[in-house]
Amino acid sequence: MAFETPKINYSGKIREVKLGKSKNVSVGGESAYPLYLFEGENPNPPKIAMEVFDLPPEEWADAAIAPFKDVAGDPVAWAKLNVEQHGADMIALYLVSADPNDKNMDAAQAAETAKKVAQAVDVPVIVYGTGSEEKDAEVLAKVAEACEGLNVIIGPVQEAGHKKIGAPCIGYKHAVAANTPIDVNLAKQLNILLGNLGVNADNIIIDPTTGGLGYGIEYTYSVIERIRMAALTQQDAQLQQPIISVLGREVWKCKEAKMGAEDEKYGDPAKRGILMEAVSAVSMIISGADIVVLRHPETVKLIKQYLKAFFN
Amino acid sequence: MALTGIEIFKQLPKTNCKDCGFPTCLAFAMNLAAGKGELADCPHVSDAAKETLSAASAPPIRPVKIGAGDYVVTVGGETVEFRHEKTFVNPTPIAVMVTTDMSDADVEAKIKMLDTLVFDRVGLKLKPEMVAVKDIGGDAAKFSALVSKILSIKACPLILVSASADSLKAGAEACGDNKPLIHAATAENAEAVAAIAKEKGCPVVAKADSLDALARLTEKLSAAGLKDIVLDTGATDIKKAFEEQIIIRRAALRKLFRPLGFPTITFPCEMFDDPMMETLAAATMIAKYSGIVVLSDLKGETVFPLLLQRMNIFTDPQRPMATEQGIYPIGNPDENSPVLITPNFSLTYFIVAGEIEASRVPSWLLIIDSEGLSVLTAWAAGKFVADAIAPFVKKSGIEDKIKHRKIVIPGYAAQISGELEEELAGWEIQIGPREASHLSAFLKNWSAA
Repeated sequence: MAFETPKINYSGKIREVKLGKSKNVSVGGESAYPLYLFEGENPNPPKIAMEVFDLPPEEWADAAIAPFKDVAGDPVAWAKLNVEQHGADMIALYLVSADPNDKNMDAAQAAETAKKVAQAVDVPVIVYGTGSEEKDAEVLAKVAEACEGLNVIIGPVQEAGHKKIGAPCIGYKHAVAANTPIDVNLAKQLNILLGNLGVNADNIIIDPTTGGLGYGIEYTYSVIERIRMAALTQQDAQLQQPIISVLGREVWKCKEAKMGAEDEKYGDPAKRGILMEAVSAVSMIISGADIVVLRHPETVKLIKQYLKAFFN
Repeated sequence: MALTGIEIFKQLPKTNCKDCGFPTCLAFAMNLAAGKGELADCPHVSDAAKETLSAASAPPIRPVKIGAGDYVVTVGGETVEFRHEKTFVNPTPIAVMVTTDMSDADVEAKIKMLDTLVFDRVGLKLKPEMVAVKDIGGDAAKFSALVSKILSIKACPLILVSASADSLKAGAEACGDNKPLIHAATAENAEAVAAIAKEKGCPVVAKADSLDALARLTEKLSAAGLKDIVLDTGATDIKKAFEEQIIIRRAALRKLFRPLGFPTITFPCEMFDDPMMETLAAATMIAKYSGIVVLSDLKGETVFPLLLQRMNIFTDPQRPMATEQGIYPIGNPDENSPVLITPNFSLTYFIVAGEIEASRVPSWLLIIDSEGLSVLTAWAAGKFVADAIAPFVKKSGIEDKIKHRKIVIPGYAAQISGELEEELAGWEIQIGPREASHLSAFLKNWSAA
């Protein structure tokens, strides 16, 4: 019985989205499942966005804060360090200062920080609000205005506030990270709503919400696989967008990533946290993420080497 | 292509004798159609029926058992390419490589890690489970001595790796009833290795470096009467291994291509020298279809993330994961610590418990059985409402653990607070944040007074 490789009938393609102020970074464009390079195009290897926070982080694992102790509190320096020293393809800036459940600082100031960071680096910058519907509507609208001409990616744009944030993104020409709670249909619906509002499909990235390793990452894994399946084999045009997995924050929040060396069986604390992040990143890339948001420079190194093994 | 349950049923005796272990012939037929069990479990099926059915009724990827008694792992038996299509069933066993040129102390240290690296996780025990024993230099006596030594430290399923049929035979003999996986039959030694596997009743690895050659080899082994086969393409390049795993799974499931309808084994330990990159190769192989992965070493920092990933990938997506009802103390709470309640959807539990932990405010978390539904769906289904919550809180025993009488309910369930206040006499109902991520700020401002 001669052996013949069974083929998949790919009928769709992921939209290629160009990001950054000079539109010099492309994501998406796949015509086959992720890393299935033997049967289709994955023209743009997944990109690594590195986290930057606009306030000095509190309660981070020692291993996670160590590489950034000189730049914590200076988001511009932090962003530059990530790009110049650690090879970040993109920057994911979290405007945590504006969190209404925490410091609740001024929206204009947060927007100013976003502008400075976006001006300071050449790579695309993702600007994330706090997930609070009311405050994000205020903060992210200001970010859109302040960053005019810098073509940032603004998120999370959720269904509830999609008009208030989506409209300024159209006006000031930014991309959006369309965020839904781990559900294929909701992801599709939000893309339709954004389309109705007038957001061009060339400016939409899907953020399907990422669960932590051991804390629900499998839901994200399957939702991303299902989005890709619908996009590539069922011609579902609304789901043919690149996908971002915001995982660094989730992984490093887990207790096992923060634990020290007190329990021997969990091994070296720094390597454990890094590998929890790297194993999560690999899982997300295999399921179909085009952008992974990472925290630790060592994780970034590992994932770069990993991607090189596929895209050499 | 696969037969339906009804097509199989038509060929059965229809006596409902239960000798197969199923209550009816139809139940047995449905099970066969789902790729579980074997036609041979029915002692009364006619030869003619056997012939028609055996080819079609076998599972597309054969489940293979390795080990004996309490120490058995099952690999293979998968029926889908993507976990959401049904579920992945047999979590990829993790094996550690031990070789005949290692010192006794090294061997002992590696084997002992199988007992050390056991992690409890919501009712599951996560652990690596196997040892791959590799013969360096083809010394049969040395090889069987090492096998005996390993089994004297830890009874566990073994993989015997040698190019020499003599070593494999000596090793299998040293295993006694503990049926090891024999690695490997190749085009060169197929007859000799097949004879050992047959004599000892052991599963055997077929190893060839192209899928074509592999298919030819398994046909040869099958013809020799072997059923329990595991596939090894010998790939040491992750990109090649990834591609082969996908094609093998696809051929077995979409084409019912029997010569590749077996579980696989991969060796991340041979893909990268760096243990961290090796871990990422193993994560890739766990997600994409390797039946077994072999690592060079077992360390907490490498194995723990893999065990979490494996647990997640092999979780059944058809069943809402539910956490057991009860009181969960987080961070040594005392009589003045806050009390929170939420339904028992595991993801809800994980996220809420994680956020409480991150807040560093010791708390009591009450989990009520809502049949695995999340807050809003449990509320809508009448599982997370005042007349379910009140009796649970009273019976739970939480009143003996705390001095105050305040309970925090999820923000999304705010509408039940009035009714709950009536049902739960003497308690103050507090409405928590809608999103778990805001729990930290909420708890930091909470006070018992």
